[in-house]
Amino acid sequence: MDLVGVLIVAAVAVGAFALWLVGTALLIWAERRVVARMQSRLGPNRLGPFGLLQTLADGAKLFFKEDITPTNVDRAVYLAAPAMSAVVAMITFAVIPFGGSFEIGERVVRLQVWDPDIGLLWILAMSSIGVYGIVLAGWASGSKYPLLGGVRSTAQMISYELAMGLSLAAVFIWTGSLRSSDIVAAQSGTLFGPIPAWNIIPQILAFLLFFSAAVAETQRPPFDLPEAEGELGAGFHTEYSGAKFAMFFLAEFMNVITMSAVAVTLFLGGPAGPTFGLEGTIWGALLGVVYFAAKVALFLFVFVWLRGTLPRVRYERLMSLGWKVMLPLGLIWTLFTGVVVVLGQTQEQAVIRRYAFPAMAILLVVVLVLSLFGERRPAAADGDGGDPQGSPGAPGGGPSARALEAARASDKRAGAQVGG
Amino acid sequence: MFTPLRKGFGLTFKTMFRPVVTTEYPDVRRATEPRFHGRHVLNRHPDGLEKCVGCELCAWACPADAIFVVGEDNTPEARYSPGERYGIDYQINYLRCILCGLCIEACPTRALTMTNEYEFSADSREAMIYTKEQLLAPLPEGANPTPHTDAEVAARGIRYYDGHVAQNPLVHLSQGSPTSQPNPEEHGDPVRTALLGGGFEPPDETRADGAADEEGSADG
Repeated sequence: MDLVGVLIVAAVAVGAFALWLVGTALLIWAERRVVARMQSRLGPNRLGPFGLLQTLADGAKLFFKEDITPTNVDRAVYLAAPAMSAVVAMITFAVIPFGGSFEIGERVVRLQVWDPDIGLLWILAMSSIGVYGIVLAGWASGSKYPLLGGVRSTAQMISYELAMGLSLAAVFIWTGSLRSSDIVAAQSGTLFGPIPAWNIIPQILAFLLFFSAAVAETQRPPFDLPEAEGELGAGFHTEYSGAKFAMFFLAEFMNVITMSAVAVTLFLGGPAGPTFGLEGTIWGALLGVVYFAAKVALFLFVFVWLRGTLPRVRYERLMSLGWKVMLPLGLIWTLFTGVVVVLGQTQEQAVIRRYAFPAMAILLVVVLVLSLFGERRPAAADGDGGDPQGSPGAPGGGPSARALEAARASDKRAGAQVGG
Repeated sequence: MFTPLRKGFGLTFKTMFRPVVTTEYPDVRRATEPRFHGRHVLNRHPDGLEKCVGCELCAWACPADAIFVVGEDNTPEARYSPGERYGIDYQINYLRCILCGLCIEACPTRALTMTNEYEFSADSREAMIYTKEQLLAPLPEGANPTPHTDAEVAARGIRYYDGHVAQNPLVHLSQGSPTSQPNPEEHGDPVRTALLGGGFEPPDETRADGAADEEGSADG
């Protein structure tokens, strides 16, 4: 790679970093404003137009505050943990394509920092390493509440990493590639008429699983148990102050943006959108950035909406949801995706790819809802009630049987809880 | 089964587009209720005389011991209030005051009342102890600052207290000697006078309230 190539890559990296840092600052402000409106308040509106500079002021305040290091901490780990959280949160974004591509001279510039073969496995790996920042912070603080927060975080991450990995695996099988640019390319075109061929339609359940897991992975409400204020002080960052706390704070919001970006890349076609004949030019690429930002903003709003609406779940409910509902559903969905893909390849029945998944999605959403809300019902909501609704819609025998098993298992659990 | 979700998420979504309850306080100041208990004020008569007669009932009524009063006799040359005495010093410590209003109830002359003003925070103890100068109401238009002389007061012919006075404070003037030296013995003299709107001083053996009643009926 010659010098110009290096410069182009550097420029794209700086652009991505800037876009993403500005996005983080805006997210923190927007979350406070939106949640405030949801609670009939105004939110920060004093500093700058609409209070936009509030985040800057808070950041400046945090970085100039006294940086307290308690005596009981394991100093090296204590100092490394926030840096690890922040750095990992930053580099995760590298594999996300945040805009289109355009040509300068004979060079093609793609608005993506890094496009490796392992692609979105990078995201899984980084989000797993990000847990270390939290766990080590909890452990190194030498205090009980951070430790509890760290332990909770570990268990939560392990539980939901599985569901997230399975939902990603379903998308990988469906598109046949781990590379994020390939996944975006596979979602171009349309499915029926004007409906774009985004993965969210055939992979609706994978999307729901991914998004639920993403909320848990980023430790956002209603899954913010590692820093549950009412229970653990401030959780894993109780003993952190000043700049080190700011890093944890930023890492949380950075992770929210990254997870939203991943969701957009995997399920909403990334930067795709109407190009108005600008394809290949720099304006087309920038238009892609706009589409990408808009889709990410949509997800960010949902994150904020969740926070404004839902109370924090109880810890054993969190574990129960992760292991007993999301993991089985993820397994079933991944298997089913594999079966459909293999059938489509062998029998050249493209129609399966079109209709099997919406049908299956409807079935499994019904099962999911039953297992989530069945516990509230009296004994009438048993497996027999759910089966007749689901069976006719199931195109494949094996997977639907598994789904019914899962439904029965969850209902059995519900019965046991009612009985107990 | 989706009803709870729809209700919950719908509520927060709808609330976003409803008016907020926040009052942007420094920019927007909402009027208080008319009888809001704010900062005190020491009122004046229309001619500028102070209503406070230095009786200290407010200080005695105060549950927080926030009020400090020193009374002093009026003299014919230096008259601050239409009563016998006036408050030469009057302080309210707003670090103690709980704005309960018991002092207002205790005040016999309505000299002490409360305003609706609530913005009087400060960053030093001294600044939170309000002195008489700060508490005293501004002079009415055309009035002279206290002290006045008894001659000036008599010339105005104002009926203070509706004439219900137990003891005429302008006793020196009523004896026709406005320039005479103050003599403590003269204060107790039973003298009928019209100087304060027809009030008269009761004889020593008569109760004050009986005399006031008699005078009131005579006026009516």
